[in-house]
This record gives sequence, C-alpha cells and structure tokens, in this order.
Amino acid sequence: MIEKTSFFAEPGRRAALPILVLLSLGFIAPLLAVVGFSFMPARTFGLWHEPTLENYETVFSDNTYISLFWSLGLASATVVLLALICYPVAYGLVRVFGRWSTVLTLLFTIPLVVSENIRLYGWVLFFIKGGVLPGTLRTLFGVEMGDFLFTPAAVLFGMVYVYLPFMLFPMTLGIAMVPNQMREAARDLGASRWQVFREVELPLSTPGLMIGSLLTFVLAIGAIAEAKVLGGQRIIPITHDIEIAFTYAQNWPLGAALAVLLMLVVSVLVLIVLRRFDLDQILGKR
Amino acid sequence: MSENNGSIRHILIGVWTAAVLLFVFLPSATIFLASMTSSRYFTFPISSFGLDWWSKILNSLEVRSLAYTSLSIALSVTIIAVVLGFFGALAFARYDWKGRKLYQKFILLPIFFPQSVLGLALLLWFNALGFTLSWKTAVLAHLVWIAPVVTLVMAIQVYSFDPSLEEAATDLGASRWQTFREVTLPVLMPGIFSGSLFAFLLSWGNFPLSLYTTGADNTLPKYLYAKMVAGYTPGVPVLGTISTAAAAVLLFGGYTAMLFLTRKRNAAA
Repeated sequence: MIEKTSFFAEPGRRAALPILVLLSLGFIAPLLAVVGFSFMPARTFGLWHEPTLENYETVFSDNTYISLFWSLGLASATVVLLALICYPVAYGLVRVFGRWSTVLTLLFTIPLVVSENIRLYGWVLFFIKGGVLPGTLRTLFGVEMGDFLFTPAAVLFGMVYVYLPFMLFPMTLGIAMVPNQMREAARDLGASRWQVFREVELPLSTPGLMIGSLLTFVLAIGAIAEAKVLGGQRIIPITHDIEIAFTYAQNWPLGAALAVLLMLVVSVLVLIVLRRFDLDQILGKR
Repeated sequence: MSENNGSIRHILIGVWTAAVLLFVFLPSATIFLASMTSSRYFTFPISSFGLDWWSKILNSLEVRSLAYTSLSIALSVTIIAVVLGFFGALAFARYDWKGRKLYQKFILLPIFFPQSVLGLALLLWFNALGFTLSWKTAVLAHLVWIAPVVTLVMAIQVYSFDPSLEEAATDLGASRWQTFREVTLPVLMPGIFSGSLFAFLLSWGNFPLSLYTTGADNTLPKYLYAKMVAGYTPGVPVLGTISTAAAAVLLFGGYTAMLFLTRKRNAAA
C-alpha cells in the first residue's frame, strides 16, 4: 500500500501516466498483435490458432523480400540526396538569413500539413503529357519531352520531395547547436573554411544530422503513396505488399509477417541511433 | 579576400534555398493552375480559364460532409492531444524522475515509425478488439502519432521554464491549483498554442492513418485519393488548392497571433 502511494507521489510519473497509457494501448498493443498474427496459419482472422512459421516461409520462398530491398534502397537513396540538398538550406536558416529565417521556416512547414497525396498529384499534373513542363517546353522551344512519370526515378523524386522537411528541421536544430565562439576560435587559430567545416561544424552538428537521417529513412521505408501516384505501380514497395495482404488478399497473417520484417529493420535502427543521444541537450539548449 | 569569399558563399546559399523553395511549392502552383480551367481535362498552356469547378466544389454537399468529418476528427484530436501533451511535456522536461530518460525515448518511437504500417497494425488491433471502425477510431489512431509530436513541441517550451517561479508562488502561499493556473499555465501558453496548431493541422491533412482506420466514414484526404486513383477530375485540384491555402493562412495567422500575444505580455510585465 505504502509502496503504491509513493510510486505515484512523484509528480513526473503522474504527469507521464496519461500518454503512457495511450501509447501502451494504441502503439505497443497493436504491434504485439501484429507479431502474434504473423505466427497464425494463413488466411485466419483470430489469434487463438496453433502458432506456425508458414507465413515467414512464404515470404522467403515467394521472393516477396525483393520489395523489402526496393524499399530499403529507395529509402537510403532518399536520405543521401536529402542530406546533400538540405545542408546548405539548414546552414542558411541558422547562420545567413537572420530575421528572414522565421518566415522561411514557416514556408518550409506548410507542405508538412498538406496531405502528401495532393502534393504528389501536383507533380503528376506537372510532368504528365500536356502538363505544365511538357506544355511549356513545347510552346516555348518546340521540344517534346520524354516520359519521366511512372518510372523508378519518379518514385525517388517523389520521396525526396515528400520527406524534405523531416531532414531539414532536425538538421537546422543540429547546426544551431554549434556554438559560434567555437567556429570563431577555430578561424582565429588559422583554420581554413573547409577545416572549420570538417573539424568543428560537421562533428558538432552530428546529432541533428543523425536524427534527420533516421527520421527520413524510417518514414521513407513506410512510403506507399509515392509509388502509387508517381510510380504507376512499376515498383512495388514492401508497404504495398503489406497493404495487399491485409486488404484484397484478406491474408492478415502474411501481411503481419511482412510488417514484422519491416518493424525489425526500423526498430534496430531507431534503437541504435537513439541510444546515443541525450535529448535534454538536443531540445533543451536554445 | 576572405570576406569576399564569404559573401559569394552566402549568395550561393541564398540561391540554393530559393531553388529548394521553388521545388517545394511547384506542385502547389501546378494544382492551383489546374483548378482554374473550365475544361474537363487539364492541358497546359490553359486554353479556357474559368471558376466553374470552384463553384461546383464549394456547393457540393458531399464535400461539406467530408469537411465536417475531417473537422470532427481534427478538433477531437487537438483537444485530447494538447491535454496529454501538456502533462507529457512536464514529465519530459520539467520534472526530474527516475525513468525519465527512458520515457523520453519511448515517446519518440511512434514518431519514428512508418505511418502506413501503424495504420494497418491499428486496423488489425481494432478488429481484434471488436471495434466498429468510424471517425472515432481514427481519432485514436491519429492520437498515437500526434500526441507524441505535441509533447515534443511543448517540451521545447517547458525547457525554457524556470521552476523557481512555481516554488516562489508556493512559498508566497498559493495553493497547488493556484500555482498551476496563475504561473505554470500562462508561462507555457505559447507552447500550448503551437502544440494545438500542429495537432490540428497534422490531423486535418493525415492520409496514411485515416486510410485504414476510418471505416465507412470518409475524410477529405481519403476522398481525394479515391478520386485521383479513379481518373482525372478538376475537383481534385480545387480541393487541393483550398487545403494548401488554408494551411498557409492558419500557420502564418497563428504565428502572427503568437508574436502579438508575447509582445503584449512582455509589455504588461
């Protein structure tokens, strides 16, 4: 009894309780249910059958794992491209643009709250035959454009577009963590710009870079709309396989087994990266 | 020489940022253009401008009922997420307790998780529990992702909160409730404000979670997706333009309101 009262006497524990209850019931429990389903016989809808490994055997014998490799490859390429695209912008937001930074940050935030399918559809209308880009090229230069839509490159393009803010904002946070005095000191001691970048700027902003890359990778591996809207189903990412198993095929256990594979990749990465960081330092220092 | 070097670099960074911004807003501009045509199909350059599709969409009863469902979900999510996030943020950044570091990382997990997979997992879970899918189950699904985001947004505000303010109020004889109402709540107001703004907008625009958890109820993003897959209709660009413009107005309006509030409070202090 005394044990129990003292447990919740701590105000932090009390404040954490509501959201912990939500996440236990709405996040942990569903994921455990998915794991449970993955061991059920194919095409069953209850959790109380004899456990079996047949779904995992199906996954590896049916070449379904190929779509996992597509997803992993596209997600990695997205991360690399976004790191290169976003670094100069993030650097500018922190060090160059001054009071314009706030407005620019707001501008970069807007797409985040518009559904990705609407924005991807904008690209379809931009690239499609008779659309904005081919139409402009034809009327101004008389050039006919080759097909870009419905290719693997278009899928990658869409992913880079959709996940840009998720790389940009953590990166900005990371660069803002580098103290100005440190850079100046390095300059005063005779370091070249490149040396300052390589020896001071880059290492000290690593937490932001790592978190941005992780977030982008994890979200990109769950991408589904890009392949459907821009890829015209030329590429089947793992999420598409999972969706088909859950919906059309009505084979929940197989979908669950695929989801478990994806979850394993994601959780291993997240646990490795998040372990290293002290969140108080990243979010707290202003 | 080196100064000169720096300014060229700054110009390059500026040009690059402008190009990235253009990249970010090009599809929205395209959508806007496509909504302005009066013909059934979109071809560029536009041959006949017209607002026919705008009036059609704005007068459509179906679209109104979709907007109503989306609004019900977004408002419920906002209210619940802000309450959960407020206490969650205090636990995240304000109180020192055993298990806090672990808690901080646990809160991040739903954010670092593919949303389509989360949506399907919730579909399976709700079915296992015997729930009938409706906009209410979608509220739950959105909360799993949005409550942690709001917690993080508010935690950033809580970090800048000086705990000695609370202690001073208690020392001067304020009750626990008075301290909460007169000190904690007003100081954290900007965080609460931006937290609710984000909760609302993220829920309003969400697609992957709604897709699997709304059942027979339809939200705007879900409806738009169905229309896109079914073939071209200029109604999609009209609705797309409206949602983008609304998001922009809410974000900039919210930001201006917050600037105004902080300035007023600073002037009063």
